Amino acid sequence: MEIGTLTFDATGLYQYSWLLIAIPALSALLLLTFGPLFDRKAHWLGVFASCASCGYALALFYAMLRTGAAERAVDVPVAEWISAGSWTVSFGLQIDQLSILFALLITTVGSIIHIYSVGYMADDPRRRRFFAYLNLFIAAMLLLVLADSYLTLFVGWEGVGLASYLLIGFWQHKPSAAAAAKKAFVMNRIGDLGLTMAMFSMFAWCGSVSFADVFAKVDGIDPGWVTAIGFFLLLAACGKSAQVPLQAWLLDAMEGPTPVSALIHAATMVTAGVYLIVRSNAIYALAPVASVAVVIVALVTIFVGAWIGCSKDDIKKVLAGSTMSQIGYMMLAAGLGALIGPVAYAFAIFHLLTHGCFKANMFLGAGSVMHATDGDVDMRHFGALRKALPVTFLTFACGYLAIIGIPPLAGYFSKDHIVEAAFEYHLGVGLAALIGAGLTAFYMTRLLVMTFFGKARWVEGVHPHESPKIMTIPLILLALASIGAGVALNAWIIDWMAPISAVAGETHAVSWMPTPIGIATLATVALGVLAAIWLFGRCEVPSTPPQTKNPLVIVGRRDVFGDVINDTLVVKPVMALSTAADVVDQSGLDRMWNGLGKGTLALSQLTRKVQTGRVRSYALVTVLGALLVGVLLLIGQLG
Amino acid sequence: MTFPLLTCLGLLPIIGAAILILPVRAAGKWIGLGFALATLGLAAAAVPVYLGDPTALTQTVPWIPAFGAYWALSVDGMGLTMVLLTALLTPLVLFAEWNITGKGTKWTSQAFAALVLLLEGLSLLVFMADDILLFYICFEATLIPMYFLIGGFGGERRSQAALKFLLFGLAGGLIMLVSVVGIGSFSQQAIGAPTYLISQIGVSLSGGSTWAWVLMLCFLAAFILKAPMVPVHTWLPTAAEEATPGSSVLMVGILDKIGTFGMIRICLTLFPVESAAIAPVMIVLALVSIIYGALAAIGSKNLLRLVAYTSVSHFGFMVLGIYTFTSVGLGGTMFYQVNHGFSTAALFLVLGFLIKRRGSANVADYGGVQSQAPILSGALLLAGLSGLALPGMSTFVSEFEVLAGSWSRYPWAAIVAALGTVLAAVYILLMYQRTMTGPATPEVEETITTDLTLKEKLVAFGLAAVVIILGLIPNLALSVITPTAQETLTQIGVADHQAPLGEEVPA
Repeated sequence: MEIGTLTFDATGLYQYSWLLIAIPALSALLLLTFGPLFDRKAHWLGVFASCASCGYALALFYAMLRTGAAERAVDVPVAEWISAGSWTVSFGLQIDQLSILFALLITTVGSIIHIYSVGYMADDPRRRRFFAYLNLFIAAMLLLVLADSYLTLFVGWEGVGLASYLLIGFWQHKPSAAAAAKKAFVMNRIGDLGLTMAMFSMFAWCGSVSFADVFAKVDGIDPGWVTAIGFFLLLAACGKSAQVPLQAWLLDAMEGPTPVSALIHAATMVTAGVYLIVRSNAIYALAPVASVAVVIVALVTIFVGAWIGCSKDDIKKVLAGSTMSQIGYMMLAAGLGALIGPVAYAFAIFHLLTHGCFKANMFLGAGSVMHATDGDVDMRHFGALRKALPVTFLTFACGYLAIIGIPPLAGYFSKDHIVEAAFEYHLGVGLAALIGAGLTAFYMTRLLVMTFFGKARWVEGVHPHESPKIMTIPLILLALASIGAGVALNAWIIDWMAPISAVAGETHAVSWMPTPIGIATLATVALGVLAAIWLFGRCEVPSTPPQTKNPLVIVGRRDVFGDVINDTLVVKPVMALSTAADVVDQSGLDRMWNGLGKGTLALSQLTRKVQTGRVRSYALVTVLGALLVGVLLLIGQLG
Repeated sequence: MTFPLLTCLGLLPIIGAAILILPVRAAGKWIGLGFALATLGLAAAAVPVYLGDPTALTQTVPWIPAFGAYWALSVDGMGLTMVLLTALLTPLVLFAEWNITGKGTKWTSQAFAALVLLLEGLSLLVFMADDILLFYICFEATLIPMYFLIGGFGGERRSQAALKFLLFGLAGGLIMLVSVVGIGSFSQQAIGAPTYLISQIGVSLSGGSTWAWVLMLCFLAAFILKAPMVPVHTWLPTAAEEATPGSSVLMVGILDKIGTFGMIRICLTLFPVESAAIAPVMIVLALVSIIYGALAAIGSKNLLRLVAYTSVSHFGFMVLGIYTFTSVGLGGTMFYQVNHGFSTAALFLVLGFLIKRRGSANVADYGGVQSQAPILSGALLLAGLSGLALPGMSTFVSEFEVLAGSWSRYPWAAIVAALGTVLAAVYILLMYQRTMTGPATPEVEETITTDLTLKEKLVAFGLAAVVIILGLIPNLALSVITPTAQETLTQIGVADHQAPLGEEVPA
């Protein structure tokens, strides 16, 4: 048959899909161990590994496109892992419609950022290590999304946490970077408790944590426990995706080099929480209460993130606040999946992909701005950079138009679906999502105006210059994605994700033209843009933050009290307890036992005249005597 | 009679120690290392024999027939992995502490090697003993070499530390002696003839009599002192602070495991009814140890004390796993014992390399070491990550098993214990932050001028490699440990936890 000859044989590609992970992992290992031998060229190995992984992902994707929809999802067993008695866990990869999209996002955006970093980190003496950690991140992130069980996912989950720790604290000589890295890891560990507790519950009920087993048996689990598992997974998602109440680490994470912020803390790792919830859709389908909790967390985070974004002067922190807020939109859609229909899961992933493109685009643009201004991040020191950095400005503008949702750019389609879904669920939720869109337009316009327009407020000695090609070409590539990803994916992604996002037999029509809600959204966005221009575009921006009595600004500048709450409720009590434990241990417990010992010694003083009074010698004589007798008896027996 | 492999394994290092009494001078440490490696070879040779037939290694020779005592050695999965851990760590410690000298002329590296070998031999006999009297005698005898290792090669206050170690050890031994004497007479009542063979006594003493409670509690008290659990742990931080890192590795990595090992081998196996009844108490004690140890580690101002406190926390996890009475939790503890040995060895030894350079163990004396010695700081981070049980490392697998086992019976206990994993991230990363990151202090710049030497790299990364390999392929150990855990539960007649929706396990 003709089709037969054309059919692309995908078995082999699926079979070796572990190479996707193994290539960057091996590269990271080589860079850390044998890297000093080729230190000055080492970064190219890192770039190559990421690109090779990307090539494999593309080939795999192509193979899946050529395969019938029913045969696309494949579970690839790789090895036995843990045999623990009541249960065993094998190591395997699940290649399906959802995981391949993530693999593509991670490897393409990852590779672009690798290339950008060659230029961005050119002057850093530890560039080789940087690329080793980036490769480690790619490997761990791919493991996270390709895993076929929660436990394997968890290895990637904490693996990306480690990579994030190493990269936030990459400039370890800065105490602030080291502290931020630790904070990120510890706060993520709190979230990780949720994932481990979810797994313990799954083991206790299903005897397995593989996706296939758990989802097949979820009907049989006690409904209360299903809800509990839903909440546990939400806790995990909050930690990794910087959702309230575990959001505070993300702002500090901006201490890391900017390509790290783009890759890990905007495009990929922080969206892992959304992945977790979409992946666990079978659980949330039976846990409506937990799904409502997801929606609430998402709404709160949309506003907290936007609030921070509106108040900060640090360009990276504005973007970080924006990331929180945008992930809030994804979480909102993910929560709505179980409440209004699974098509919302596709919306979550759609927004996740477009956001990955335009947010990486803008972060790298911010990096280019920093590159031009000797690493400055304070937008009050920028202004009028559009002429000095034309490529950076134009590409950034594409990302800007995409995130605020101007048709036909990427963010328009992906965010509009979520706002409409929110209205479909509840009027209040819909209005909140609508206002959030307006806020997004406000803070992003503020950022754009303060950075690229107005008068130059450059610090003395700063001479902004456009970045080298190795940095601008990645910007251009991501700008193109910010423009086109929405149109390219809009209709396709819902079909593609049908196994998750469609109820059997139903089809979901995708709107191309603005609906009434879409028009309302656009009007709100226009309001936000105009408000920002009116506030920040008309008059001169002071180069130091003005004193203000506006409580909104004060609270926003203090990260909506995220750190204050954590410090008061958790950090200070724990540190006080630990100091107390140290004191109690040495001055209390230890003294008590010492006193007991001394008392005994004092008693022995009484009998000192007939005995030596040395506890040590008694002990030794007793034990040696016992040993000698034992050995003699044994020899007697053997003889 | 087949070749008495286990007897040779136990006696070979003791013979080595005896030879080192001779004035061999410079050859001393080479002889020591040679014997340690030969012991490792014998231990490795035991593996294929065990895998072929687990009972083939068992050796039982009557020793004192009047008491019913035997020279009886055997291993199960737990014993075998502990034997391998001991046989691996001993040469490593000798290698890492190659040029050690104590205070005064008699504490040479030869004396160190002799004491380490004696300790190894006695510990191996404890892990292989199938006879309670033999177990007891070797358990007590391990105190001697450890006492001299602390007192001979330690820091300023080594004498007090060594004395405290000894007194706590003797106190435990004395309490245990009550049970050892008691076993003799009660086994006569139960079985008809006095016997100390663990395999012969079985569960015959358990249940029904108040005396069984007394016997079990006396054993348990000794093991709690050994393991060490809060509040009788204070000898450990003191000893670890004063001892050389190599000695601490043997003390925490091997010797203290006799505590948890004994809880399984004696308390659980001989007195299942009493052990099950006391499980809630032990779980609470374990949780106290986990949290208290972790908090004290966060607050600790001394690097070596800090590691000792982390071990107090980790021993809490091990005890928790035992008293879950599930194959997952129990197997987790058995695996934890091994992983903790390697992980703590890495932490102690790498910190030892650091302290040797700086001449101080105070956290406050460090800062910014990373810029002076990046490989050392990388090694410390790796060791630390194994301590906080990062997935991909073997410590994660065992900690996860303990928690999962605990969750299936006592979810509340698992939640409290899981908080310990968050605190673990704090104590490790805070220690790393305070010592390694930030700008290098002038004192650090002055004293830490060299990065790890080749020897030090071999030790640090060798240990890390073991932890990572066992983390990626845990079945290397679990394939013998898990069946042992399941058999233990079967022997004591406890039904394992089964998931209600789990696969039907074929009979």
